[in-house]
Amino acid sequence: MKVKIVETTLNPWQEVEDYQQEAIALRGKFGATNIFIGTMRDFNEGDEVTAMTLEHYAGMTEKQLENIIKEAMQQWDVLDVLIVHRVGELLPNQPIVLVAVWTSHRGDAFDASRYIMEALKTKAPFWKKETLVNGSRWVDKNTDGYKKS
Amino acid sequence: MSIKVRYFASLKENLAKSEDIVDSQKNMTVADVWLLANPDKIISENTLAAVNMDYVALTQAVNAGDEVAFFPPVTGG
Repeated sequence: MKVKIVETTLNPWQEVEDYQQEAIALRGKFGATNIFIGTMRDFNEGDEVTAMTLEHYAGMTEKQLENIIKEAMQQWDVLDVLIVHRVGELLPNQPIVLVAVWTSHRGDAFDASRYIMEALKTKAPFWKKETLVNGSRWVDKNTDGYKKS
Repeated sequence: MSIKVRYFASLKENLAKSEDIVDSQKNMTVADVWLLANPDKIISENTLAAVNMDYVALTQAVNAGDEVAFFPPVTGG
């Protein structure tokens, strides 16, 4: 498994390709790869968002994400996980987060991926500050991923 | 020995500081650390706390050399 925090542009497709190339233990073993990519919108709470700053608690972020991956591995048959998360200055359309899960069968890939993403949203110490047309604001909480909007 | 206290995001901005150093005392909890570092400010209900990068309750005991952090609800992903 691998957890990576990046300050420069995140190319999720390249990350998945590179990781899979290097993960020799996965060869011939995985039948499913579930890939989740979170991308920055240009709107939130009815307002236009022109940019965003992502702050994080270095060290605790990695520790919490590694714990989340271990929890997922205890619940599902997971072969490998890659999490890459952006920090710093972001613009709309730029990827924020990648969660890739490799398993033998698709059910475990879907379920473990969902678990990891929802846990990341509530436990990984990242904070978003949005730049609006008139000023800026901190995002005060994440929405419930299971609630229908 | 002392305890390092760190603040993040909106809490860091509101307090206008990113860290404090407080002297450790016997039988100290996370809540005691906040009070020592911020005697004039009540900790807000939604503030989260961590000791050595693990989430804890405010009643958690703190030891010399620990790193204590306070921050608002997380909003990554």
